[in-house]
Amino acid sequence: METDQFIRTLAADTAHRAPPVGFVLSLGLIAAAPVSVAIFVLGLGVRPDIMTAMQNPFFDLKFAVALGLAISAIAIGLHLSRPEASLRGWPWLLLIPAGLLVGGIAGEMMMPQRLPMMTRLMGTNSRICLTAIPLMSLPLLAGALVGLRHGAPTRPAITGAIAGLLSAGLSATLYASHCSDDSPLFVATWYTISTGLVAAIGAAVGAKILRF
Amino acid sequence: MRKREDEWTDLMRSAISGDSAAYHRLLKAVTPVLRAAARRGLSRAGQPADQFEDIVQDVLLAVHLKRHTWDVNAPFAPWLFAIARNKLIDSLRRRGRRVFVDIDDFAETLPSQPVAAAPAAGEVALQLESLPPRQREVLQSIAVESVSIKDTAAKLAMSEGAVRVALHRALASLTAKLRGE
Repeated sequence: METDQFIRTLAADTAHRAPPVGFVLSLGLIAAAPVSVAIFVLGLGVRPDIMTAMQNPFFDLKFAVALGLAISAIAIGLHLSRPEASLRGWPWLLLIPAGLLVGGIAGEMMMPQRLPMMTRLMGTNSRICLTAIPLMSLPLLAGALVGLRHGAPTRPAITGAIAGLLSAGLSATLYASHCSDDSPLFVATWYTISTGLVAAIGAAVGAKILRF
Repeated sequence: MRKREDEWTDLMRSAISGDSAAYHRLLKAVTPVLRAAARRGLSRAGQPADQFEDIVQDVLLAVHLKRHTWDVNAPFAPWLFAIARNKLIDSLRRRGRRVFVDIDDFAETLPSQPVAAAPAAGEVALQLESLPPRQREVLQSIAVESVSIKDTAAKLAMSEGAVRVALHRALASLTAKLRGE
């Protein structure tokens, strides 16, 4: 086909309007959320002493860290869905959740503790944490990838990894209300490993499906 | 250079708000630049440079289908060149080369020598054949026979809306096919 004809054809399709990437990403996450919540409700549930736990600032910190990660990753993901996006500056957003966590660890260090550091780090729930966070994040990861695919990311693997962070952040927010380990040391270790795993899956899948 | 790019940005803004004449002018205006860049990229990668028209059409299609990712408050040229660069790398990769394309390939291309259209761009025409019949008829009518949407609708006994939908679907599925999916 001649390029002139082709251009005329594209111009004939001007009326078609695609929704913005943010909208499609929201739809993807909203569609996936019930699946993750169902896994949570059926498999885990909220911890029984949640009312007392909420008095503990380290319990609340888990939500701040997880949500902070999810929100930063959403912002970075939307940025990377534009083809000309540069990486400069944006990854610093991830320092928000990391900084909260470091602050939490420092805070805990300054308080008198009943349990030794290693015991707090190992916790009681690490295996469930390593399974539940990735498992609940998979539907959200799929939703996030569908949303970002609507964009035009020129760094598919990195964008996929960000989709992984985003979904792990949301999934960890759910998981935090089940998890009885509140030490920031536990969060920094096991939540981070789980999140890294999901990010790696996101990068591998993203490298394949986020090309345009 | 700056003036030209500002003009592109203005045209794209009009295009996004539905002005198809502005859109047509914009695509016409960027095509020679894309052509020069594609040809240079191919020859730099040691590939036969005569396939550049396929890359140009590939870029134009991506520009069209991803134009919602352009921020109307941002300049158009960096967005365009990012897409073109991505498509060039992609197409060289599909030809089995691992190449790094310099962004400068796109920045300073125009004034040197305008590149004429290559005689045939085979890929798009080839994939046309494998579309579902309705989409193919619509694309055939509008692209090859230059019939307007309105007249195409009359000719194929479809509503104008249905013609628009079929046209858009045909263009969208061309991308998947060109990528060999």
